[in-house]
Amino acid sequence: MAEAAESPGDPGTATPRPLFAGLSDISISQDIPVEGEITIPMRSRVREFDSSTLNESVQNTIMRDLKAVGKKFMHVLYPRKSNTLLRDWDLWGPLILCVTLALMLQRGSVDSEKDGGPQFAEVFVIVWFGAVTITLNSKLLGGNISFFQSLCVLGYCILPLTVAMLVCRLVLLAELGPINFMVRLFVVIVMFAWSIVASTAFLADSQPPNRKALAVYPVFLFYFVISWMILTFTPQ
Amino acid sequence: MAAADELAFHEFEEATNLLAQTPDAATTRSDQLTPQGHVAVVMDSGGSYGAEDEVESDKAALLQEEKQQPGFWTFGYYQSFFDVDTSQVLDRIKGSLLPRPGHNFVRHHLRNRPDLYGPFWICATLAFVLAITGNLTLVLAQRRDPSIHYSPQFHKVTVAGITIYCYAWLVPLALWGFLRWRRGVRERVGPYTFLETVCVYGYSLFVFIPTVVLWLIPVPWLQWLFGALALALSAAGLVFTLWPVVREDTRLAATVLLSTVVLLHALLAMGCKFYFFQPLPLEHVAPPHQATSQPPNTLPPTLPRSMAT
Repeated sequence: MAEAAESPGDPGTATPRPLFAGLSDISISQDIPVEGEITIPMRSRVREFDSSTLNESVQNTIMRDLKAVGKKFMHVLYPRKSNTLLRDWDLWGPLILCVTLALMLQRGSVDSEKDGGPQFAEVFVIVWFGAVTITLNSKLLGGNISFFQSLCVLGYCILPLTVAMLVCRLVLLAELGPINFMVRLFVVIVMFAWSIVASTAFLADSQPPNRKALAVYPVFLFYFVISWMILTFTPQ
Repeated sequence: MAAADELAFHEFEEATNLLAQTPDAATTRSDQLTPQGHVAVVMDSGGSYGAEDEVESDKAALLQEEKQQPGFWTFGYYQSFFDVDTSQVLDRIKGSLLPRPGHNFVRHHLRNRPDLYGPFWICATLAFVLAITGNLTLVLAQRRDPSIHYSPQFHKVTVAGITIYCYAWLVPLALWGFLRWRRGVRERVGPYTFLETVCVYGYSLFVFIPTVVLWLIPVPWLQWLFGALALALSAAGLVFTLWPVVREDTRLAATVLLSTVVLLHALLAMGCKFYFFQPLPLEHVAPPHQATSQPPNTLPPTLPRSMAT
């Protein structure tokens, strides 16, 4: 049976018999069941997995997604060259971060609306349209990162700036003054640098080497504008 | 067979020259070359030349297809406008910062490969820098006059963005349209394409970015000096680029066009200076501010009121 086992890939080179005639000689039915699902074991496991998520409790679903988001937060806070953010992208984290940031940046409507800081919608638009523009820019320059992967990375790297916003709001509870401003400035600068480093660690590799600076500069501008919005936040 | 070989060779010529030459021109050129050269090439390629001529004609067809850009609905069409490297962008920025009379920005720096990266991101940077530095002058004003109420003035970002982008895209459109309309008068030098005009305007706005940052220095005559310097550099770049195209035209049209271009540029610079940078309050104005009612204090950014007080 050895020659028949070697020939299945190449039945044409067999002696002048009709094509595929040798296949009937191979007894695959005893080894692998031909009927039913001819799937590789991995895929069948995934299919089981999909169908069973309908039956699991809501808590399991939520905790699974929250754990995935939390894991990515850790990857952003300690940026190493890993592929987790890129491979299993999701947009839950960016949404949570953007909504948190926009809610915290919103100010009461005591002042006239013209003069105030950014409204919720303005922050939302800046974050999402800024991320989309940067992604389009990086793809147009010839980067080989997918659209949603890039959105995911840019959104997750807002995490340090959201932490800075939290710290700034806490610091603003104390009395205002130059020291207060210096502390806030220092925190925002450190978090801005952290965001840039984190996002560059993920995004820079996807660009052609002679265009890296062209792709990283818009990211710098994006986080600079967000840092500016955080720094100029004044509660009234 | 010799006729087929000659045909094969002339297609090879077309492929290497990337031009759709007429067959007559090709045959006359090939006649001018030494027959020895012809024979040598044909002999060298040998029997495989029969298969190669198909490859060469395919290559010629492909190269001609590449010259026709993909349709505007494909991603590749827009990707062709971002086909620049970091060094090229930096070189174009340097070229716009230092205009020289003989150097035409379009011919020397763009070299028929305009890009959209420069104009787009220079405009975005300029809009944000304008809004941010304008806000910073309010901080400086508040330190001098504590009754001025500081606010982030976020709406100025929107205003700055719309102004800069409209200027950098609509004025080149008008200019391009005008130059094409006057094309009939001028036969020798073709006008620039729309993208090249946008590129020229976009890169010429770069000099305003450091100028706007320098406008933070609260010395009025220094601000006017920097503004004039930036305007001179930027407008000179535009004029030197447009001069070769416009000098074929009648003198009247040329002067009107160039002066309109410079005037619009000056209007943009002055408009930005007046809208985003309020003159600082003088020290002795502080007591009246405390005496008067609320509205003048809470509306510092509007120009007429602050100029009136």
